[in-house]
Amino acid sequence: MLQILHKTNIDFMGWKNVSFTVSAALIALGLIALVQIGRGKANLGIDFVGGTTVQLSFKERLPIDMARIALEKGGFQGATIQQVGEGNKILIRARESEGTADKIQAAFKQEFPGNSFEVDSIMEIGPVIGKALQRDALIAITVSIIAIIIYIAMRFEFKFGVAAAIATMHDVLAVLGAFTILNKEINLLTITALLTLAGYSLTDTVVVFDRIRENLKRGKREPLPNLVNSSINEVLSRTIITSLTVVLVLIPLVLFGGEVLHDFSLALLIGVIVGTYSSVFVASPILVVWHVRTGGRLITK
Amino acid sequence: MKKSIRWRLALILCSVLIALFLFLPSTPVSAKLPEWWKQSVPRIALGLDLRGGSHLVMQVETDKAVESSVDNIAASLQTAAASEGLAVTFSRAGQDIAAKFAEPLEEKVTEFIKKNYAVLEFKSRAKGEFLYNLSKNEVKRLKEWAVTQALERTRRRVDKFGVAEPSIYKQEQDQIALQLPGVKNPQEAISFIKTTGKLEFKLVDSEPSRLQQALAGKVPEGRELLYEEDVDETGRIVRRPNLVFKQTLLTGDRLTEAKVGMDQFGKPAVSIAFDGEGARIFERITAESVGKQMAIVLDGVVHSAPRIQERIAGGSAQITGNFTHDEAARISIVLRESLPAPMKVVQNVTVGPSLGQDSIDMGVRAALIGGLFVVVFMVFYYRLSGLIADYAIVVNLILLLGAMALMNATLTLPGIAGIILTIGMGVDSNVLMFERIREEIRSGKQPRPAIDAGYDKAFLTILDSHVTTLITAAALFLFGTGTIKGFAVTLSLGIIINLYSALVGTKVIFDIINSKWKLEKLSI
Repeated sequence: MLQILHKTNIDFMGWKNVSFTVSAALIALGLIALVQIGRGKANLGIDFVGGTTVQLSFKERLPIDMARIALEKGGFQGATIQQVGEGNKILIRARESEGTADKIQAAFKQEFPGNSFEVDSIMEIGPVIGKALQRDALIAITVSIIAIIIYIAMRFEFKFGVAAAIATMHDVLAVLGAFTILNKEINLLTITALLTLAGYSLTDTVVVFDRIRENLKRGKREPLPNLVNSSINEVLSRTIITSLTVVLVLIPLVLFGGEVLHDFSLALLIGVIVGTYSSVFVASPILVVWHVRTGGRLITK
Repeated sequence: MKKSIRWRLALILCSVLIALFLFLPSTPVSAKLPEWWKQSVPRIALGLDLRGGSHLVMQVETDKAVESSVDNIAASLQTAAASEGLAVTFSRAGQDIAAKFAEPLEEKVTEFIKKNYAVLEFKSRAKGEFLYNLSKNEVKRLKEWAVTQALERTRRRVDKFGVAEPSIYKQEQDQIALQLPGVKNPQEAISFIKTTGKLEFKLVDSEPSRLQQALAGKVPEGRELLYEEDVDETGRIVRRPNLVFKQTLLTGDRLTEAKVGMDQFGKPAVSIAFDGEGARIFERITAESVGKQMAIVLDGVVHSAPRIQERIAGGSAQITGNFTHDEAARISIVLRESLPAPMKVVQNVTVGPSLGQDSIDMGVRAALIGGLFVVVFMVFYYRLSGLIADYAIVVNLILLLGAMALMNATLTLPGIAGIILTIGMGVDSNVLMFERIREEIRSGKQPRPAIDAGYDKAFLTILDSHVTTLITAAALFLFGTGTIKGFAVTLSLGIIINLYSALVGTKVIFDIINSKWKLEKLSI
């Protein structure tokens, strides 16, 4: 039998002061990111705020400085330019929407008649659509978080449900915070990744909670911190391996999946790792601390 | 072999075969498959982000439609007031109508408006001025009408532009979404769609012998053969030939209004109105050609050819016939073709064909590498049992693709990521079971009871973890658009299929091994 971990006996509860500090920092980062989004200061994708991105593939290499001059001549002072891939592809982002992609193309055609290009992609989003997408994303997030809490509350006892929900939000906020620090764009795909993550990060928590409940039902006469500790130790290897298999498919997506999938799979990758950590170091300690303070029965037999 | 094993094995084999039958024609293998096979199954469609093309959303400026209707009402009230000798001036103020008059006329003006335009509601008064507005229902009707008209028009324009497999639909309340595969230059398509078609009125030559002659290939001098297209009950398009005079008598830009109304018998009819110059021309034509048919021709297609009953003065006319309400609406939409329904582009997402192909290549390669990692890892870590997990991955993948073909689902780039993600997540079910079985073995159980206990005890955990992921996938499906929806579909299908193959698929293999060989030791 090949094992990553042999019988472990780690005192997870003993680490709770450290882990709560780390998690508080992660949550704080996420909340700052949320506030920035609310203030309109975050790096939001044009699908949320409106604007235009155009990716052009030139026949010959085009230095960014020259591209910038062409754009300024065309009247796009505020546009940002970025080199993509091998250097003959550039990505232009402007704030204006309707008809902008066409004007940008015209500007390049006039400035560099010898260097022809192909349009890789165009995205023009009017402010109306941006608002609608923001609203839809918000509804999707709210609906799914509420539905998850209801489901967990139905399947587990109340305190378990709340602890799992906090751990899930912790994961989502941590990824949001990480994206803000990395200055990654938050767009529709990022939100999709966050939601997928919210559903998936619960898997590890469910595995741990199931075991805690099972051990409680066996009626072991043990103080709760010890029982939770041994439960986590019992399922530790599967918690790690289930995450590992997902990490294994995500790494190639991050590395070779192309520009569009890169950020999406990066968000998932960070989320899966944080989610594994939180199922052990956040969800379970919350359960213990809460229960020790308030007492009462944790499960109904 | 036990009966239950045989049944489950048959179930899996059948579902795999059906899935293969369903999705193979959607793969590159398709070229080698027989024609009957390809034609009998639905396909997995490629999203615009993979095949290249434009996704456009146009917003119909419904306020402008209301304003132009208010303009028309003000103008016709003015005409009517003039003919009654009432000294009042009507004008549009925003979406309201202002009536200005000398104070003593108050009562008369109130009467006059009540009689002529019942849809107007009194809003406010000032000295010598009344303000009227359209009723809420009327505004709503006008807005809906503007959107319907724009949608019909867009359909017709796109048809004429020539896009293969376009998809055009209404979204929100006032938006029209267009999926145009293969369009490389969206601006060209947009300007084509936004320009109006060419609406002409021409006289019909109804002499049967000349029509026969034209059909035989000898079109008489000064005439042309135009077709009227209609859809019969079976959904087939019927083309009826019409011989019309080449000369255009009147063009659509002279029309100021075309709407569904009632004829004197209360049947649906189309009311039209021309501007001043148009009215004069129309009067002359009708006077000269009583009894003849006048064809309404849009972009070279005859849409209706009503008979001129009498000379019509004043520029307003009615087209009557045995119309249903829908037919009358269709004709009035055609007539309004020349009245611009203002639309603006609020979203344009276009992917060039080369980027689409690059995306497919990169996505598929990354997915293959990831899948390979997992397959190798499982065998490395769980030995022979890992092979069973790998078999589950393959079954999962086949069933997922089959289900996507069955549902005629659209594969998008995030959808490819969704497929590979379900492989990573799907293998989790097996990990949970295997770990549980290991635990049972460590506690001293024999392989067979260990397997049974492992499956039993892991079941609820597996169910829980699948349901939570499914909840978020459902939320994504309900609120997502385009590519996101594609991701949500693959993810939800993948999760459901995972559950099926985890519960039915792998257990049966263990059972077969168990029933054939008395297992002393489990390779796990």
